[in-house]
Amino acid sequence: MKRSIRSGFLALCGTVLLPGITLASGAGPALEHAGVNIKDIAAAQRGARLFVNYCMSCHSAEYMRYNRLVEDLDLSESMVMENLMFADAKIGDVMSIAMQPEDAAGWFGKLPPDLSLVGRSRGSDWLYGYLRGFYRDEHGAWNNTVLPNAAMPHVLWRLQGIQEPIYAHHMSHGVEVRTIEKLEIASPGELSVEEYDAAVRDLVTFLEYLGEPAKMKRKNIGVWVMLYLTVFALITWLLKAEYWRDVH
Amino acid sequence: MGKPASVIARQATALLDWVDARLPVTAFWDSQLAKYYAPKNFNFWYYMGSLALVVLVMQIVTGIFLTMHYKPSAAEAFASVEYIMRDVDWGWLIRYMHSTGASFFFIIIYLHMFRSLLYGSHRKPRELLWIFGMLLYLMLMAEAFFGYVLPWGQMSYWGAQVIINLFGAIPTIGEPLTEWIRGDYSISDATLNRFFALHVIAVPLALLALVVLHLSALHEVGSNNPDGVEIHDHEDENGVPLDGIPFHPYYTVKDLFGVAMFLLVFAFVIFFWPEAGGMFLEHDNFTPADPLVTPVHIKPVWYFTPYYAILKAVPDKLIGVLLMGFAVVILFFMPWLDRSPVRSIRYKGAWYKILVFVFAIAFVRLGMLGMAEGTPAQTWEMRVWTFVYFAFFALLFLLSKGGRTRPVPDRVSH
Repeated sequence: MKRSIRSGFLALCGTVLLPGITLASGAGPALEHAGVNIKDIAAAQRGARLFVNYCMSCHSAEYMRYNRLVEDLDLSESMVMENLMFADAKIGDVMSIAMQPEDAAGWFGKLPPDLSLVGRSRGSDWLYGYLRGFYRDEHGAWNNTVLPNAAMPHVLWRLQGIQEPIYAHHMSHGVEVRTIEKLEIASPGELSVEEYDAAVRDLVTFLEYLGEPAKMKRKNIGVWVMLYLTVFALITWLLKAEYWRDVH
Repeated sequence: MGKPASVIARQATALLDWVDARLPVTAFWDSQLAKYYAPKNFNFWYYMGSLALVVLVMQIVTGIFLTMHYKPSAAEAFASVEYIMRDVDWGWLIRYMHSTGASFFFIIIYLHMFRSLLYGSHRKPRELLWIFGMLLYLMLMAEAFFGYVLPWGQMSYWGAQVIINLFGAIPTIGEPLTEWIRGDYSISDATLNRFFALHVIAVPLALLALVVLHLSALHEVGSNNPDGVEIHDHEDENGVPLDGIPFHPYYTVKDLFGVAMFLLVFAFVIFFWPEAGGMFLEHDNFTPADPLVTPVHIKPVWYFTPYYAILKAVPDKLIGVLLMGFAVVILFFMPWLDRSPVRSIRYKGAWYKILVFVFAIAFVRLGMLGMAEGTPAQTWEMRVWTFVYFAFFALLFLLSKGGRTRPVPDRVSH
């Protein structure tokens, strides 16, 4: 009786709560899974190079210090200084940029956001889709399938090439509407489609790391903590059983 | 106590005697732990009380370390949290313990309260115990709300905006009241600063005082148990209840095991799933607060969403606010709404099992709908479950007095 109530309510909690979690995270357009592996340090290193070369012309990462890259990405201080930093920056500096906010406002209409936390606010799948979703519309302007009318131009176009949309036409509420069915490479870039996807995955790996540098470490520590607590739980159970032997 | 064997033991006994002559340490230990008799038939649900205490202490300790690095200013708050996450040694762990601890506090408290529904722990003579518990719950909600504003992300800002504006629905005094709460015409540095003060000093003090009252009331009337029978009805010649066991060491060691199991779950979330898919740490809150950009989908954290759904279910704002408040306030009256001669669900008829089961579904479902986007279909579902939520209390009052019961055993069942 007691047991049945307990298991009944646990089953209830399980069945009712689980769909709730998907409900909470299911908003937004369907995005392809980025397939990022945060422990792939080589990917994060390649991503860091892409980030510095392509993103940091306009975007800062004001909460991130260069020397953290040395610590986390298996790089030597000199490698970081020579490959990833501007000449006048110091190893303990944060990854800031030289662009003035007023210039940015003039060029892009708004300040390009700081990217320290974009891996957490947008998530890997969104970033992966966004960086692969740029296309040139019929007016010759850049647009994006994941973030329509994005202020950002396609900075990686030399790598990817230029995509153009293939439209699908269908009726909705009696009106013909046009939606983008897929994007096609109209003029190839330096990388093949597979190579470009891999490069974007590297960049997204770095952005996910950038959003939470502790992420690489915490999972490794977590395994040991769980093991320790399992032993601790076992000992406390034995202690309880010993004390309770005389309770009938 | 036997004859002390060594010099050190003799000295220790002498010291304790010296203190006892001046401060009732041993008497307190005995009355509250070693000779406080708890029913021997506690089950899973009875772990929650001690776990709530553990989480409270953990929140206070991690909170102290967070305040050493956090800056309660609109210009610096967001950056200082990231500083804790990145540059402070183990800062990420302390912050995740605190943020995950907040959610787990509510999970534990909701289970703790549900235990009362199951076994009638709020019934006479434990009404005051329940009321102190409800006040603790209210204070916990205030603490969580103020705390959620502190990281100064988008959801901190806009969540606070929505909640504070609820007071604006009150006629005449509504608008001035919201200004008085914010200390400004909009949520600003002044708001953040006062919420910090409330979060780290005022509400924790109230919480600690209420915990003392809650435990004092508990130890005055004694613990209920899954059978809902009074263990003090059957005592031996020394006044020790036959079905009672000293809290220490029996329940201290048992609760220690409970703490270990809790820490396993807790550590799993901290180390492998700290955002809990956006439920414990919301994605939008990783963007700094921006008064000019309204997030697409503003919602409170999961532990408030059942009440938020009740608010959203009502088209009229003022009535929605009142109904939402009533949804919490009505819980205070639980000791008098249940009029069954029997405490525990074990000896109540099917009517009670169905009521509690449907009520639990309504609460969870409202919580899920409260964090959803709010489509028209969802709004209608919210209305249905809101009705069910309140119908529970009405039906409980109407059915409990004459509702079918089974014979209650004289003593605890095993």
